[in-house]
Amino acid sequence: MQVTSSIREPLITNGKSYADVTEDVCSVVENPPGKLWLMGMAISIALLGIGGYALAITLWDGIGVWGLNKTVGWAWDITNFVWWVGIGHAGTLISAVLLLFRQKWRTGINRASEAMTIFAVICAAQFPIIHMGRPWIGFLWVFPLPNTYGSLWVNFNSPLLWDVFAISTYFTVSLVFWYIAMVPDFATIRDRAKSKISKFFYSALSLGWTGGAKAWQRWEAISLILAGLATPLVLSVHTIVSFDFATSVIPGWHTTIFPPYFVAGAIFSGFAMVLTLLIIARKVLGLEDYITMYHIELMNIIILVTGSIVGVAYITELFMAWYSGVAPEQYAFYNRATGPYWWAYWSMMTCNVISPQLFWFKKIRRNIIITFILSIVVNIGMWFERFVIIVTSLHRDFLPSSWAMFSATFYDVGIYLFTFGLFFTLFLLFAKFFPVINMAELKTVLKSSSEKVDK
Amino acid sequence: MENKKTYWKGLEQLSNDTEFVKHADKEFPSYLPIKEQRSKSEPADGLSGMSSSRRDFLKMMGFSLAAASLAACEAPVRKAIPYLNKPVEVDPGIPNYYASSFTLNGDYCGIVVKTREGRPIKIEGNRLDPITQGGVNAQVEASILSLYDKERLANPRINQSKADWKEVDEQVKADLEKIAENGGKVAIVSGSIISPSELKSIDLFKEKYENVEHITYDAATASGMLKANEESFGERMIPSMDFSKADVIVSFGADFLGTWISPIEFTKQYSKTRKLGKNKQKMSRHYQFEALMSLTGANADYREAITPSQEGVYVASLYNKIASKVGASTIRLDESVDSEYVNKAAQDLLAARGKSLVVSGSNDPSVQITVNAINSLLGNYGATLNTAVPIYNRKGDDSKMASLVKDAKAGKIAGLIIWNANPVYDFVGGDDLAAAIPNIGLTVAFNAVADETADLVKYNAPDHHYLESWNDANPRKGQYSLSQPTISPLFKTRQAGESMLKWADASYDSYYDFVRENWKDLVFPKQNKVLDYDMFWDSCLHDGVFIDAEETVNSEALAFDYNVSQVSSSLNKNYKASGGDVELITYFKMGVGTGAQANNPWLQEMPDPVTKATWDNYITMSLGQANDWGIQMKEGKTNMADITINGETYTLPVLIQPGQKKGTLGLALGYGREKAGRVADGVGFNAYKLLKLADGQVNGVITSGVSIEKSSKKYTVAQTQTHETFMNRDIVVAEATLSQYQKDNSAGRYKPKVGMTDGAVPAGDLSLWKGHDYNNHHWALVVDMNSCTGCSACTVACQVENNVSVVGRDEVINRREMHWIRIDRYYSSDASPSDQRGLEIASENPEVTFQPMMCQHCNNAPCETVCPVAATTHSSEGLNQMTYNRCIGTRYCANNCPYKVRRFNWFKYHDNKDFARTNVAQNDDLGKMVLNPDVTVRARGVMEKCSMCVQRIQLGKLQAKKEGRRPIDGEIQVACASACPADALTFGDLNDENSKIVKLMRDENEERAYHVLEYLSVKPNVWYLTKVRNKDEKLA
Repeated sequence: MQVTSSIREPLITNGKSYADVTEDVCSVVENPPGKLWLMGMAISIALLGIGGYALAITLWDGIGVWGLNKTVGWAWDITNFVWWVGIGHAGTLISAVLLLFRQKWRTGINRASEAMTIFAVICAAQFPIIHMGRPWIGFLWVFPLPNTYGSLWVNFNSPLLWDVFAISTYFTVSLVFWYIAMVPDFATIRDRAKSKISKFFYSALSLGWTGGAKAWQRWEAISLILAGLATPLVLSVHTIVSFDFATSVIPGWHTTIFPPYFVAGAIFSGFAMVLTLLIIARKVLGLEDYITMYHIELMNIIILVTGSIVGVAYITELFMAWYSGVAPEQYAFYNRATGPYWWAYWSMMTCNVISPQLFWFKKIRRNIIITFILSIVVNIGMWFERFVIIVTSLHRDFLPSSWAMFSATFYDVGIYLFTFGLFFTLFLLFAKFFPVINMAELKTVLKSSSEKVDK
Repeated sequence: MENKKTYWKGLEQLSNDTEFVKHADKEFPSYLPIKEQRSKSEPADGLSGMSSSRRDFLKMMGFSLAAASLAACEAPVRKAIPYLNKPVEVDPGIPNYYASSFTLNGDYCGIVVKTREGRPIKIEGNRLDPITQGGVNAQVEASILSLYDKERLANPRINQSKADWKEVDEQVKADLEKIAENGGKVAIVSGSIISPSELKSIDLFKEKYENVEHITYDAATASGMLKANEESFGERMIPSMDFSKADVIVSFGADFLGTWISPIEFTKQYSKTRKLGKNKQKMSRHYQFEALMSLTGANADYREAITPSQEGVYVASLYNKIASKVGASTIRLDESVDSEYVNKAAQDLLAARGKSLVVSGSNDPSVQITVNAINSLLGNYGATLNTAVPIYNRKGDDSKMASLVKDAKAGKIAGLIIWNANPVYDFVGGDDLAAAIPNIGLTVAFNAVADETADLVKYNAPDHHYLESWNDANPRKGQYSLSQPTISPLFKTRQAGESMLKWADASYDSYYDFVRENWKDLVFPKQNKVLDYDMFWDSCLHDGVFIDAEETVNSEALAFDYNVSQVSSSLNKNYKASGGDVELITYFKMGVGTGAQANNPWLQEMPDPVTKATWDNYITMSLGQANDWGIQMKEGKTNMADITINGETYTLPVLIQPGQKKGTLGLALGYGREKAGRVADGVGFNAYKLLKLADGQVNGVITSGVSIEKSSKKYTVAQTQTHETFMNRDIVVAEATLSQYQKDNSAGRYKPKVGMTDGAVPAGDLSLWKGHDYNNHHWALVVDMNSCTGCSACTVACQVENNVSVVGRDEVINRREMHWIRIDRYYSSDASPSDQRGLEIASENPEVTFQPMMCQHCNNAPCETVCPVAATTHSSEGLNQMTYNRCIGTRYCANNCPYKVRRFNWFKYHDNKDFARTNVAQNDDLGKMVLNPDVTVRARGVMEKCSMCVQRIQLGKLQAKKEGRRPIDGEIQVACASACPADALTFGDLNDENSKIVKLMRDENEERAYHVLEYLSVKPNVWYLTKVRNKDEKLA
């Protein structure tokens, strides 16, 4: 029987037992893939193919195939980069920060959102390499490697170099954290595995997990340590990404508000992406009892809060531009709102500032369809935010003689599609072959949710 | 008998060494190195035990395979041939300079040609030349690439098929003799020839064959002016002009800074009157009355837009105003104009008698006579105009040429020799001529390319490029210049004059001997300082010019002798005070000009100084006009218009031009080439075919029968700048009027201050950065916006010097042109400073500012901090340097550059068939010869930008070091500053106390010198001097 509390909503519905948890999660891995999964995979691979073509041409002919020009040196490339990095923030926030704050509701969603983080960061990390004029040497030269060129060293003043460290650190820590957390669950699947191949496969992945008390104790300790390490990264990564802009001189970029504004935006978009994915995943994989309306509502509240922070940041920017009294600064923001890219600015404003305000209404917060739509709207808005910051700031900066327009080509769009293909391919593979829900952690909250479990 | 001889293997056997005896039965003694190759684990029983058996086999096989496959590859053939006998003074890596002369259809420029390893690679102005004084223009700079044009005729042709010179000579001579026998007429058609030797060769030719006529015409005609002067002075000539002595300049449609007669010379002179400084607080005042916005009009202090059909009335009104003041007879006008600017100009002219100059670009003799009359009333003859020393740049006679076309059509011409002219393309009735040519018995063309005219003739006798030729020039009375070859002819071409001599049976060993002997008779006697002709010749060759002081000073001036009232009937007939309906005006662009050099991609890609458009011609019209016709233009995207001229309809793109007179349409000549070569063919529209004759003169204006309608077709004009105004940003453009300047020399400057606890300090004084120490040199550049006319010679000079890629029309539309120095052209706006939307729209008749913009070499460079791999760094001499090899192409530097001067290699522009048609200097084997070997051709994916010609700095420093001294100021010149005909750019070492730049900055630092975007505190090493307009406040 379901435990009911007058003040707390259950984290797991339908009175699940320990066995149910194991069964529900492992069956996804053990059963053959469903029709929906196969369809999703086909679409993802198709995207990967189209995008791969665009990528191949770009690498072969040069980034001249994009729509960039002498004035607008970054557009879709860095927009996509920041967008994907931003999306990557929710996973770590959920698994690390909420772990430290002992937020039990995280248990149902942390695994999937962290997987999303890893995949988003993989997608993001490609752009700094693809966008280079000479990626074949650039991917190596950005690292401070010893070399035979004499005293040639990287430039530690450059925010792009900070990015290299920030992203690689973030990726490494997230990956380790995610993997360590999966070890007990892999062991569970290993123990249930029937075929030799999967037994071998999951044995290797579970690193000889015994399930002994000592193992559990160490596992919890390492989780806490990694959570501690990952927490500052939640703040630092997007702070550093924002430095790409904030440390420059371009009006619309040169802003001290960027670090908190970017972090809030990142969490905002990350949660929106988690919602998009999990609303589908819970339906497709039949996990409605573990990823409940309550989870969705809590995430919506976070979206509401961070969305409001982002909104305040937008308005602060406008105020500061006016207050600065500097002509190019004022014009940059005037131009955002009323210039040739007004549609991008107002898309951003509508999607990021106005739409999350709907979550003040409980009915909307708890409506799956509206939540799903809004989660996509938020991510569209966040893409436009980066586009607005990058393109509309660059296209009309200081000297009017150089003002120019940017328009995207097939290759700009194609490479974006490529990362979508990659992201969904990876996520679908994850959803099929890895435990989508952290069984071990989820079982710790069962007591408060189900009567079947011994108190 | 038994042989008792014993053979020892060695001394060891003889001495019975125990070690030897032990191994005596073994084939290989232990001391041989073979043992070392044996593996320890395997028994040492001879070769079978060698460990090399398997691994070495694989190694050997791998090596053999690799070697075999490598050998199968074709080894690259490098066509470098070492000198067997090194020519004197040709040292690899060391440039040689030769003084020479650029001549093209009467255009003249004294030049110095830089050659490297026998290849001419760059043209500089010759500072010893008193006409051009070291200035050049874009066409002169770019002409070096025409030398390496692989589409030039590589050999003579007969009936379009390859022939050799002997055959051509024989057949031409036979034909000529036949014509002479029959008494037929031979016509030689040329542009203005200023070479005395060439003219002499024509004379010799005339001596040999009877009935030969030499007809000269100019695509950029001044025939009307010549006629007017003939009537005014009794001699068909153009007086030399000296703008530098003029305090007041009034120009009626004469683009004397751009394309009119001798623009380099005039720019030099004009810029002298525009300079301001501590000791010169006055400048000239320039009025311009014109329909289109010309480069000259853009530089004027007062500019009034008038239609061509008003021009005569305007000129006459100005004359009448002045005449009535000085008591001379006036011209009777049916209608007169009451223009504020005409009245004001009259006042100013009267106040500056003998120190003013009135010019007109009209080809109508009546207008030119009236202009002469004004100058005469003002006493300008003998002061700013010198009839005693005429200039010879334009000699063409439109009416003679027109009658030749008529004669050719009527079959009255038996022989036609085309001397580097292209009348089929660029003369009125060219189609008639084209139809007549096949019916003429003998047709010869010296043209270097099988162009529209030369492709029709029987004999092609291609001329050398001027850089391959010995030649001379007589651009104005008393000045004689020499041209010398800087490379041996690339093709089997022959100089035109030499062909003439051959056919005239004149006996000279070579054209060189001819020129030399000619000079001995013509020039050598004009001096008595040097008695030895060889010495005289050498010194002329070294200097490039010879000035006959006698001729230039002591010639007799001609007096203006014309009753000016005679022009009134013609003026009243042809001009109206109110202007006409729709009038089409043809004009020349600074780059492509008459179209003679249209196949030069540097000129095609050079942005027009005013419209900033490349690779096209188009209809220009005012914004008001465009609005009336529903035509819109945004970011280069525009409508096309159906323009109907006398029944023929053409669909052409429209470009909206602020400052243009409403009711007028502008269309550039020189485009729409059909047989110029792959670069120019099909680019733009040929407007020459619209021209008609009026009273025997080519009329560049079509005043009636023009109608225009918006077409549904869209078009994109490739502009390098699409935003017209400077948005009232005084942080970018600092300008003042002369009276403001006189009150406060720093007027117009934006002086940002930051409030601190102890008072406000200049924004530039605050910095997070420590700055740099420049212990040795500190290179810097000062740009005088007041002298810069915007002519863009620097843009092309930089392109030549620094191997800057040409990207072609499509990539310019994508806003990816590569020029390292650009000229920003800004219009003023009438909108209030707070109306940002309104500020985007230029005034109807705007003030124009030109601002050369190149890398500012900031001391706190925003680009340097952001590069992740330190590919752009600061030098110890103040340069911001780009290391192409290190660049990975993140473009962060370009984004963070407030001046947007960085250029990215979006594609591989060299050795790429996609760019072969346009970027010929980096794709053709021949074109590549023009590349500067001191400058890397940039690879795909790297950033580039102005290096302040670091290769020149380095060369100058090395030279000085070798000689154990400091570089002397002026010894090191950047390409842009050296090309500038207006001396607007001053380059030098701020650490050199005696340098020009230090003196300039000492005077101007607190006055006119400012940094663009000073408040950013990026501290550039490039300063700008404020733009000052000689305007009254209330009219401003």
